[in-house]
Amino acid sequence: MNLNLSSDIWQPVRLTVELATITTVILLIVGTPLAWWLARSRSWWKEGIAAVVAIPLVLPPTVLGFYLLVALGPSGPGGMFAALWGARTLAFTFSGLVIGSVLFSMPFVVQPIRNAFESMGDRPMEVAATLRASPWRAFWTVAVPLASPGFLTGAILGFAHTVGEFGVVLMIGGSIPGKTKVLSVAIYDYVETSQWAEASILALGMIVFSFCVILAMMIVEKKVARRTL
Amino acid sequence: MKNDLVSVDFRGLLGRFEMNAQFKVPARGITALFGPSGCGKTAVLRCIAGLNRLKTGFCAVGADVWQDEQYFRPVHQRPIGYVFQEASLFAHLSVRRNLMYGYPATASKPAIQFGEVVDLLGMGKLLDRSPRNLSGGERQRVAIGRALLTQPKLLLMDEPLSALDHMTKNEILPYLERLHEALTLPVLYVSHDMAEIERLADQLVLMNGGRVVASGPLGQLQADPSLPLVLSRDAAVSLDAVVVSQDAADGLVSVAVEGGRFLVPSGPVQQGERKRLRVLAGDVSLARQRPSQSTIVNVLAARILSAQKTADHQLIVLLGLGEDGKGARLLSRVTQRSWDQLDLKPGLDIYAQIKAVALTRSEASSI
Repeated sequence: MNLNLSSDIWQPVRLTVELATITTVILLIVGTPLAWWLARSRSWWKEGIAAVVAIPLVLPPTVLGFYLLVALGPSGPGGMFAALWGARTLAFTFSGLVIGSVLFSMPFVVQPIRNAFESMGDRPMEVAATLRASPWRAFWTVAVPLASPGFLTGAILGFAHTVGEFGVVLMIGGSIPGKTKVLSVAIYDYVETSQWAEASILALGMIVFSFCVILAMMIVEKKVARRTL
Repeated sequence: MKNDLVSVDFRGLLGRFEMNAQFKVPARGITALFGPSGCGKTAVLRCIAGLNRLKTGFCAVGADVWQDEQYFRPVHQRPIGYVFQEASLFAHLSVRRNLMYGYPATASKPAIQFGEVVDLLGMGKLLDRSPRNLSGGERQRVAIGRALLTQPKLLLMDEPLSALDHMTKNEILPYLERLHEALTLPVLYVSHDMAEIERLADQLVLMNGGRVVASGPLGQLQADPSLPLVLSRDAAVSLDAVVVSQDAADGLVSVAVEGGRFLVPSGPVQQGERKRLRVLAGDVSLARQRPSQSTIVNVLAARILSAQKTADHQLIVLLGLGEDGKGARLLSRVTQRSWDQLDLKPGLDIYAQIKAVALTRSEASSI
């Protein structure tokens, strides 16, 4: 076997980590108020919104990717948006990948945070209010710390799921080295070009990574079990 | 402040529960909300706190209106302390940080000091522990302290002892009594345990089915024949008494109530000290003449004011102490047979023999 690895094997790794980090941060920012609303609201259509958020769980990634391609392309809203800074399209760009990843990984972040907010119950927020805490202060000093295991789970899942996505990326990102060629696509390309050594290094790395993610999740869950009396 | 009232008027539906509760009680001492479970005691407390909101609601403490038809002050702006049935401490904060959570951060000295509350509730050794490592009684004490430190103008307590076992209850009750004596803070106390109320409360609000049946001073309501309290198995009255003298030799203390004097067993007391007596209806028997030789030390002249049949061939007799029957009210449980044999009837002057009297607590002096 030829072990002269192509030098750019690390490029997709870096790109993937970058994509997953940015996606996770955006998801935490967008997902937290959404999860709070889903956990607290009594409006009848909140389950409809919850279902929309959860669609990527069952939808073939290529379907989401297809619609994103249309939406981000030159004649979609994404293209018009891109025109603001003179670009023609958001498809086949890193920004496009971020948008796709955020939508695709949304349920993995929102669901655990929502569960954590729900399992906390109304009582802690009521207590905080009777202790003169404004809703804003109560949220940051009581709800968020009490739901922290949910945030951790959501962040880990969101990150891991973004790292592992393939279908959406292939549809809207293609495989532009340094721009849209992430890990999963890179492995696919290496196999296509019979670069088995590179492919197996990345694949093995993914196995180790996945193991660590699962292990981390189990440790978090154990900690949660100990916290609840 | 002395003549201020807590005025409450809540009407409307809470889920499927229909509430129609109005009362006014003095904004001092402990007022107990009493009634069977599901009668809306807790709901009233939650409405006062602003945790539940009814369409038609009025709530004011003194001249300070917390809500009316147009106005609703949110929970976090009402000067209340709220103690929930379960301690509900913040599990992610230490005892100290739980206590500090609602403590004003301003530079000026708050009326209720951190150190004072810690001492009052015996929490000195708990401060740096996590709520997870506290016993049920300790947790509830921290919850009470945490509520006090927000500098409330009204303390709301929702069955703070009901989740605790008997032993722990008796561990906390003295703290509550101390609190009552040390602070001039008005307290609304929800409970379904009459013994607890007799020990702690000054005022009583009786509730049933979302309505207020009666409200007023505890002793008055306990002896009101039109209320169901007199028919309960352990019907009793609470009497306010003042220590007259102490006979060190036999450990008995002479205390005066309106219209009579009692000898009660007691530890050391001060002359003039205010005490509270509890007399069970079942411990009071009646005689037409003053018994000459008896082991019963407390025999008081009284007049029969009224009598009411209970379900089990007994009568609950309302007595007024003193020759003219104008003194404090007492309840006596007698059998229908003795009632007939002695030819008793309302208006008759008789002697009440009291088998047992208990000092439930010292009256608050600062209020």
